[in-house]
Amino acid sequence: MTALTAPRAAAGAGTRARRRNRLRVLAFLSPWLVGLGLFFGYPLAATLYFSFTRYDLFTLKYVGFANYRFLLHDTDAWRAMKNTMWLVAVMVPLRLLFGLGIAQLLTQIKRGGSLLRSVFYLPYLIPPVSATVAFVFVTNPGTGPFPALTRHLGFALPDFFNDPSWSRPGLTLMGLWAVGDLMILLLAALLDVPRSLYEAAVLDGANAWQRFRYVTLPSISPVLAFCAVTGVIQTLQYFTQAMVAAKVAAGQADTPGTQVAPGYPDGSTLTFPQWLYDEGFRQFNMGYACVLALAMFAVGMLFTLFLLRRFRAFTSQEAR
Amino acid sequence: MFLTPRRARRLSAAALAATGLLLASACTAGSSGGSGPKADAKQTIEVWHGWSADHEVKAFDDAVAGFRKQHPNITVKLVKDQTDDRITNAIRGGNPPDVVSSFSTDSVGSWCNSGAWQDLTPYLTRSKVDLNLFPQAVREYTQYKGRRCAMPLLADAYGLYYNKALMKGNQPPKTIGELTALAKKLTVRNPDGTIKVAGFMPSAQYYEHQVQHLATEFGATWLTPDGKSNLAGDPAVKAYLQWDKSLIDWYGYDNVKKFLKSVGQEFETSNPFEQGKVAMAIDGEWRTKFLQDEAPKVDYGTAPAPVPDGQDARYGGGFITGTVIGIPRGAKHPQAAWEFVKYLTTDTHAVVTFANGLGNVPSTLPALTSPELKMPPQFTTFLNVFKSPNSATTPPTPNGNDYIVKFQAYVQDQWEPGRVTNLDASLKDLDTRVDQAIKLNGG
Repeated sequence: MTALTAPRAAAGAGTRARRRNRLRVLAFLSPWLVGLGLFFGYPLAATLYFSFTRYDLFTLKYVGFANYRFLLHDTDAWRAMKNTMWLVAVMVPLRLLFGLGIAQLLTQIKRGGSLLRSVFYLPYLIPPVSATVAFVFVTNPGTGPFPALTRHLGFALPDFFNDPSWSRPGLTLMGLWAVGDLMILLLAALLDVPRSLYEAAVLDGANAWQRFRYVTLPSISPVLAFCAVTGVIQTLQYFTQAMVAAKVAAGQADTPGTQVAPGYPDGSTLTFPQWLYDEGFRQFNMGYACVLALAMFAVGMLFTLFLLRRFRAFTSQEAR
Repeated sequence: MFLTPRRARRLSAAALAATGLLLASACTAGSSGGSGPKADAKQTIEVWHGWSADHEVKAFDDAVAGFRKQHPNITVKLVKDQTDDRITNAIRGGNPPDVVSSFSTDSVGSWCNSGAWQDLTPYLTRSKVDLNLFPQAVREYTQYKGRRCAMPLLADAYGLYYNKALMKGNQPPKTIGELTALAKKLTVRNPDGTIKVAGFMPSAQYYEHQVQHLATEFGATWLTPDGKSNLAGDPAVKAYLQWDKSLIDWYGYDNVKKFLKSVGQEFETSNPFEQGKVAMAIDGEWRTKFLQDEAPKVDYGTAPAPVPDGQDARYGGGFITGTVIGIPRGAKHPQAAWEFVKYLTTDTHAVVTFANGLGNVPSTLPALTSPELKMPPQFTTFLNVFKSPNSATTPPTPNGNDYIVKFQAYVQDQWEPGRVTNLDASLKDLDTRVDQAIKLNGG
């Protein structure tokens, strides 16, 4: 009897200890789990719930899939999505390349490197509204100094922010100007690549491109992936600069009794978050705004998964 | 760091306690108030308004002084610089002020429809307030589908400003035909054909020449009686569009764009009317104060906006809008709040004091003839426009003035640049989009 019960008792004590340990782990994790539930899980569930309702912040009515059906016919939403995708496809890679290029140059500079680092980083420190207002003014064809300068040099700058076909490139140019955030991260990553790897590659006869492709790129790949993913997420949320540029370029203010459609000129600067805000807080159409938020969330997730997979191909086994 | 079992138990208990506290604090927000004390009880009411400049805040305080004397038991706490978003959030959070006001009539449809602003009909009936104190257009923009949730707190009226020196002795036009002929006659071009001085700039992109201000002069009704978009079916809308395009084509669209880009900011001294770059313009009554402060040397006159040829009987009216005030759902002192709203919107002395301070149109008909009203002579035009039965406003919908925003975008982005090939089809398409958006909002 004793021989039978002793192992059973030991097994019972082991289970209790495991359960206690599990509970202890959960207890330690509980602040984070509750935080995640409150600030991510609950809003996500609520957004999903409200997306099936007509909700003006005061009254709520279940409308089934009406909000989702409306999205199929909402030309403004599709235009906003197209503009946002354009920025994701063009601005994110260009900022990444530009930031990497500057960081690479800064690693080569022997003197004045810290001054140049500050010069390239400074535009990023300017608050987005001020930076955008300044950028639109200096590129204004009528009064801006840059168009005046290029006219003297014999060529004309395009009419950024007033010509629908040039407004998104204008926003991209502004994004390149404020590339300091990426530059500083990539510079740190580049400086972190062991010199011995380059020396070994040189001994093996690798040229500059091969050193970049087979040494630099795999080494900084995790940082590049981080920059790309956060860049995509930031661009999917692109709001302030586009809205301020449109307002300044249009020269129209929201005066009492009047409102201006977002996206001047001709809807070319209308981004998805702007349309979401417009639906939610100008038209008080929260149910439909929730559908737009879910669409943006889905697109963001898809991009993130895609980018993480792509960058894994560059990453060395050690880096993984 | 190693944890003994006892220490681990203590730490995990602390973590759980912290979590419990977090949850408890999250669940206690957003209590709401009751029906509140009677108006003659001693109490403090909180009033939110949007004015922020020193002279505006002082004007509001001066207007409230009479109420403080009449109701010494009610202490009024004024909170400046409030926006529609903050008002909406405060009401939704269950802790709103007692009185709220908004610069814009855009949200009235939504607030009335949802009950966010209380229906004032019982208060009006009990206090026997005669709504004929207010012109028809004002009565319209303060209600939605018969639910009156707002009262007018001063108004804005639009009319024609003309620069006497640039008019070269011509009288201000009374019809659209006269306006068009005079606009062409008074326009001065540079040698390359670009515009030096515009007789009248028809573009909807020119400051206050937005669609709702100009198309209203043509008699646009915007919605059918059952609340559907009426852009394609309204001949006044097409008349406005055709006139707009024909005059823009006369100037040349590229010249119009160049001119618009070259002129200054609307609410600064660089305003082209103040700078003598346009001879005639439609603008609000507030421009008289701007001209007085920023361009006192400009010799100008005002007149009602011109009407289409053959509709002379409608001359004298114009577009009207204004600030609104109401009592939010969940107000803790609604009886006292109503006394405040009633005083500020119906008492002639209060209305005139406030109008004098801000340079706006007083929003009751008796206030228009008050000897206390002190305005420049050009202001009389706007007082007359305000009381004219021919004046109009844009009707409220449950999604703000989205139909105006969409039509404005259509005119400036599609119509004026000449991108529209089939006017009827494009307007029908716009009607469909407007109707879908209204339906989505429960209209």
